[in-house]
Amino acid sequence: MRKNSFSSREVQMEGKDIRRKKLVSFAVFIALLSVGYFAWYKLYNQPQGEGKIQPALRSVLVTNERLFSKFYSANRKAKSYSKSDATANVRVNGNVGVGDNFDPAAWHLKVARKTGDTLTLSLDDLKALPKTEVVFDFKCVEGWNQVTYWGGVRVSDFLRKYNLAPQMAMGYVGMVTPDSAYYVGVDMPSMLQPQTLLCYEMNGKPLPKNQGAPLRLIIPVKYGIKHLKRIGTIFFSNTKPRDYWAELGYDYYAGL
Amino acid sequence: MSLQRAIKKHPLAIRWFHWVNFPVLAVMVWSGLLIYWGNDVYRLGWGDKTLLKFFPQSFYDALNVPFRLAQGMAFHFLFMWLFFINGALYVLYTMFSGEWRFLLPGRHSFREAWQVVLHDLHLRKGLPPQEKYNAAQRIAYSAIVVFGFGSLVTGLAIYKPIQLGWLCTLCGGYAFARILHFALTIGYVLFFMVHIIQVLLAGWNNFQAMVSGIEVVKEVLPVVAASATGPDTESASDDRPHIPDTMETGITHPEAAINDLPPVNDNPNPETNEPAL
Repeated sequence: MRKNSFSSREVQMEGKDIRRKKLVSFAVFIALLSVGYFAWYKLYNQPQGEGKIQPALRSVLVTNERLFSKFYSANRKAKSYSKSDATANVRVNGNVGVGDNFDPAAWHLKVARKTGDTLTLSLDDLKALPKTEVVFDFKCVEGWNQVTYWGGVRVSDFLRKYNLAPQMAMGYVGMVTPDSAYYVGVDMPSMLQPQTLLCYEMNGKPLPKNQGAPLRLIIPVKYGIKHLKRIGTIFFSNTKPRDYWAELGYDYYAGL
Repeated sequence: MSLQRAIKKHPLAIRWFHWVNFPVLAVMVWSGLLIYWGNDVYRLGWGDKTLLKFFPQSFYDALNVPFRLAQGMAFHFLFMWLFFINGALYVLYTMFSGEWRFLLPGRHSFREAWQVVLHDLHLRKGLPPQEKYNAAQRIAYSAIVVFGFGSLVTGLAIYKPIQLGWLCTLCGGYAFARILHFALTIGYVLFFMVHIIQVLLAGWNNFQAMVSGIEVVKEVLPVVAASATGPDTESASDDRPHIPDTMETGITHPEAAINDLPPVNDNPNPETNEPAL
């Protein structure tokens, strides 16, 4: 009989032995099914904490974040496109934090260097810094993507220019809209990636109001939920700053 | 005292992988649906004509899909690990146990699979001889492993399209990788439907083997003269189920063929016996 043939697996068994084997198998099978169902039931019905999803799922997202941020490299850039590839109709997908009760002329960027030490800057201060343009495939957590064209100052250029090296050594950057309605937290390595911009231009023109005029964040290595419109305050932290969508159940990292 | 002939059809490992994969894949498909809802732009049709929209509102409502994107992503990014680990272990086991011999399609599988299809549609009498799986099963069960690999690759491409930019490019870009990922999922669902129907038709003895591992051998396996297009159907002269030797040697690894005793009707060129992948 051939060693590897299927028929070599044939055995002669007594009927009662076959019945007993089947019975034991099904008992184990049903026991394991019950365990699996119980585990699923506990997970699915786990009371949701502040993060709007089951704490067990949140801890997996955090574990994934730890794992994938180990493999993160600022050298890996979002693919660049030519300006002619960029869409003219840039999608507007949210208006939290960009309400009408806002006077652009009175706007200033506040940079909290440390508690009680806030730098106040105008848009012209930022425009005085070297301008960087990115044309990249913007990706929304919903699943759509769009090639878009933005201009502004690199976050890394900005931080260096304003002697914020100690802040650059910290873990996270937080950003908040002037009305405090929208807020994001981003890990420092992603913030320092060379395509990450404090953005004041779209398609070569001043940023439209619904895209976050006068200044927004463009951070190609993250989903759109992190690209905060209408930056009011920037601050630095070694713990995770509050994040609007993470508090609604999304992954805090949201890294691409 | 009643001795019965039984065959150890499915090793314990295979049964384990199968029954772990079933609920895990179900959760992946479900959570994937919650995610897909966030941008549900796919349809079957041409121009302005839509034959089938993925998916109708009634379908979403029936399954309580709307506005659960965050939850969908969280479940998806937990169960992806289980799907990956279970699938990888299955592939490794299948490779190293030799079980691949009964799984991968061989030279004749595609012709025979057609005969199986005709048989199952009651357009043809009799089946080609088979071992563990018939030719259609070999193709279907191998294809579903390829699907699984495809889901992992396209999933990674849309999960980390910048850190794994090369993979995203390999998958035809972000938007196309998402289409592939979706299409593979539709493939699973179609596979599942056919699989369930076939398992129901095959009956209890076949089904319970995926739990107990053993299947009582029915006395005579069908042998069909029509399969005599191959030269080897006359070889089975012992009391084994009538399985032509080429069905075995035709997919035997050269090394295994050398170890086999005695070579009954071995192909003179075992080197050419690689499975058609």
